[in-house]
Amino acid sequence: MANENSTVISLVENASKGDRRSVSRLLTLVERGGISAEEVAEATHKLAGKSHVIGITGAPGAGKSTLTASLAKDLATSEYKPAVLAVDPSSPLTGGAILGDRVRMEEASEAGAFIRSMATRGHAGGLALAVPGMVRVFDAFGFNPIIIETVGVGQVEVDVASAADTVVVVVTSGWGDAVQANKAGLLEIADLFVVNKADRPGASDARRDLELMIDLSQVTGQMSRRPEIVMTTATEGEGFDEFKKAIFEHKEFLFEGEQISVRRSNRWKAEVSSRLDYLLSEVAKKSMEDLEEKEGSSPGLIAREMAKNILKKDEFR
Amino acid sequence: MNEKENAPIRIVLAKLGLDGHDRGLKVVARMLRDAGMEVVYLGLRQTTEMVVSAVEQEDADAVGISMHNAGHLTLAPRIVKALDDAGLNVPVIVGGIVPEGDLDAMTESGVAGVLGPGASAEDVAKCVREAVATRGE
Repeated sequence: MANENSTVISLVENASKGDRRSVSRLLTLVERGGISAEEVAEATHKLAGKSHVIGITGAPGAGKSTLTASLAKDLATSEYKPAVLAVDPSSPLTGGAILGDRVRMEEASEAGAFIRSMATRGHAGGLALAVPGMVRVFDAFGFNPIIIETVGVGQVEVDVASAADTVVVVVTSGWGDAVQANKAGLLEIADLFVVNKADRPGASDARRDLELMIDLSQVTGQMSRRPEIVMTTATEGEGFDEFKKAIFEHKEFLFEGEQISVRRSNRWKAEVSSRLDYLLSEVAKKSMEDLEEKEGSSPGLIAREMAKNILKKDEFR
Repeated sequence: MNEKENAPIRIVLAKLGLDGHDRGLKVVARMLRDAGMEVVYLGLRQTTEMVVSAVEQEDADAVGISMHNAGHLTLAPRIVKALDDAGLNVPVIVGGIVPEGDLDAMTESGVAGVLGPGASAEDVAKCVREAVATRGE
């Protein structure tokens, strides 16, 4: 283990000098989990906390990759040093994944953005367990902003809200009506809405439905700041300037007031909670192994009994 | 609770330059996914530099290059050398149309494996696994 530790130390040292390969290795260590991941977390924790984290989420095919790519490219060509964490789903059957986001991010990569693809590795909710730790690695070595592009999600997977400072929800024209918009979930976490494919019929209806939904949320006092709505046609670059401006306005709002510390503290709690869930679920999985002999009994009762047994043991090492 | 041992193999798949036949590469991507690997798919019209920077940023374990334009004698050694020059110790596997007479030349230039049109899903996964297992030896 001493060897592992010295590897992490030298990787951190080289990454601080701007060596991208070391950053890449550190990301891998975090992604794999285990003791090295804890060491990287320890080493990067004190260096991190300066970067603006943008989460981009929405339904599959809404235009997340294209918007992420244009944003990363634009920022990389100006004074920023952006990083992108592009998440795609792992196959629940084989654990394999096809990570295809780089296809659309060629230009961003050539402009100097650091692009890392990752698979969810069995974690539901649109983000992988390792995301906060990987964001921290980017943050620690001066990447700013960090853009997380989630897998295409539905209405209730709201993980990204607990990993990002600014949450962008991308919808398209014809995505649903006012009733859909008022259902709980994804739409409640948005700091900024993008109605993409705005050249298609129904875009203004989508906008109107969103406005209505936001109006209602403000009546119930749920939102701290009215989310802006931006219309884009991402493939044509239409609306891009407004999109970028809205992101930076939200950033200003966060960093001027108390908001940023509130969010960071929520983020920290969410990360502790998801790590705890993970540890518990691993132990639970292990105790499932000798379940067969109890087959036929009430599932709820058995589960309760197993939980009691687990809590007596000291399994969390 | 160390998941290190079961971390999936990460492989970058690409076609280089003017070579538009990506059907085979898509099939291979799917085969490797179903073999439990994480495939970073770059697709068509990639340059050597793009492949190298993808391998670096993705911390990939292997590279798969698909070729149907008879450029393998030039392009495959170029990729091997570029990765080597960048200090990236990553095996390169060539798939597509490579005449039998060129196989020795491929091995000599440092290509870790060649997969032809008849390769089964098992062949493809096995070739990648072996190339990754023996790298650095």
